[in-house]
Amino acid sequence: MANFTRGFTGGARRGGDTRLPPGQYDTGATWPVLTAELAPTIDLDTWTMTVDGLVEKPTTWDWRGIHALPASSYFGDIHCVTTWTKFDTTFAGVSVDALLEIAKPKPEATHVMATSTTGYNTNLPLEDITDGKAWIVWEFDGKPLAPEHGGPVRLLVPHLYFWKSAKWITRIELMDHDEQGFWERNGYHDRGDPWLEQRYQGDA
Amino acid sequence: MTEAIASSWSTGTVREVERFGETYVRLRLEVADRHDHVPGQHYVVRLRAPDGYTAQRSYSLASDPADPLIELMVECLPRGEVSGFLHDVVEVGDELELRGPIGRWFVWGGEVPSLCVAGGSGVVPFISMLRYARRMGTASQLTIVASAQTRERLPYIEELEEFGAFIALTRENHGERVAAHIYPDELAELSTGIERAYVCGSAGFVSFVGRSLGEAGVPSDIVRVEQFGATG
Repeated sequence: MANFTRGFTGGARRGGDTRLPPGQYDTGATWPVLTAELAPTIDLDTWTMTVDGLVEKPTTWDWRGIHALPASSYFGDIHCVTTWTKFDTTFAGVSVDALLEIAKPKPEATHVMATSTTGYNTNLPLEDITDGKAWIVWEFDGKPLAPEHGGPVRLLVPHLYFWKSAKWITRIELMDHDEQGFWERNGYHDRGDPWLEQRYQGDA
Repeated sequence: MTEAIASSWSTGTVREVERFGETYVRLRLEVADRHDHVPGQHYVVRLRAPDGYTAQRSYSLASDPADPLIELMVECLPRGEVSGFLHDVVEVGDELELRGPIGRWFVWGGEVPSLCVAGGSGVVPFISMLRYARRMGTASQLTIVASAQTRERLPYIEELEEFGAFIALTRENHGERVAAHIYPDELAELSTGIERAYVCGSAGFVSFVGRSLGEAGVPSDIVRVEQFGATG
């Protein structure tokens, strides 16, 4: 075929913004909701967050306990595989590093499986959630995170496509191998770097 | 189920274009080296400007896997960069970059009795399921509920009516049914005996129907959802 689409020059959304990864557009003030399941009702009195698997000290925090850890926030962009990017978001919670510092990963740990209360899960290399790259968050723009966006608490891994940022997070299991999560089994990429356009299985 | 993921881009040649007012355009395309899809799967359409700029969006297939062409029904969104182009510019004979079929979650291969609930253009994946079920003789496994503001806003309404789908229009009467959102008791009756539910529509619609299904006694862990939002 021709090397461009007849009659297409790009619409109102093309901006040439260098903060936009390839194939993404700026969604502006909106924040589309995309999930595979219905938003669950989560009782904060019984919610827990567990880090286990290949760690020295498997640990579970309750809502109060996780809030006692040092606060940490993220300010920046998020990117969804459905091609929207949202600029300048602010999330607050704790760094995943703070949890791992307590649980102490064993040397053989290389990957993690992040799991939601719904059973949704997603796999990540351990190095993608350490050194200030990932958070457990409960606030968006200064307000409690809404259920449809993963509230009361979700994983945030903003340098990867957003399906990696598991909503309604409850567990991170450390493993010595990679294992596919929900969307990864259903055709999406194992790592999901938006700058490399790792959208689907088979992408480089 | 076929191993249905296409890992590379291919070319689709537009064979039929039908525009429905300002709202919808139906495109039927011939795809080179096509992989069979499972009803419920989608394709990505990528548009490329002469300077290399690209825009891509996902669209569910409406066609039966046995259809020699793939069929998309695209809702034209205000200032939609891709949907607007597909509605206003595309002509028979044009070639489009395509990738698919994609997705293995929001799919139905006839295996379990299912309830499908659609809002507006969310009906598209269920049209593929409906056509497939008819061909396979498994139509009794499929109950479809489709909601929209008006007849004009509900694509494939004649095909849905013919199939026996439950139509809930919210701004005009449909037969005996007075204009209203879907009631939980309607869903309760329609969900008798189902083992799975699929809900497709805007995020607001999916959230509303999810709550109603809960009130109707449908366990949330058998509900699969697909939303679309401001993408265009």
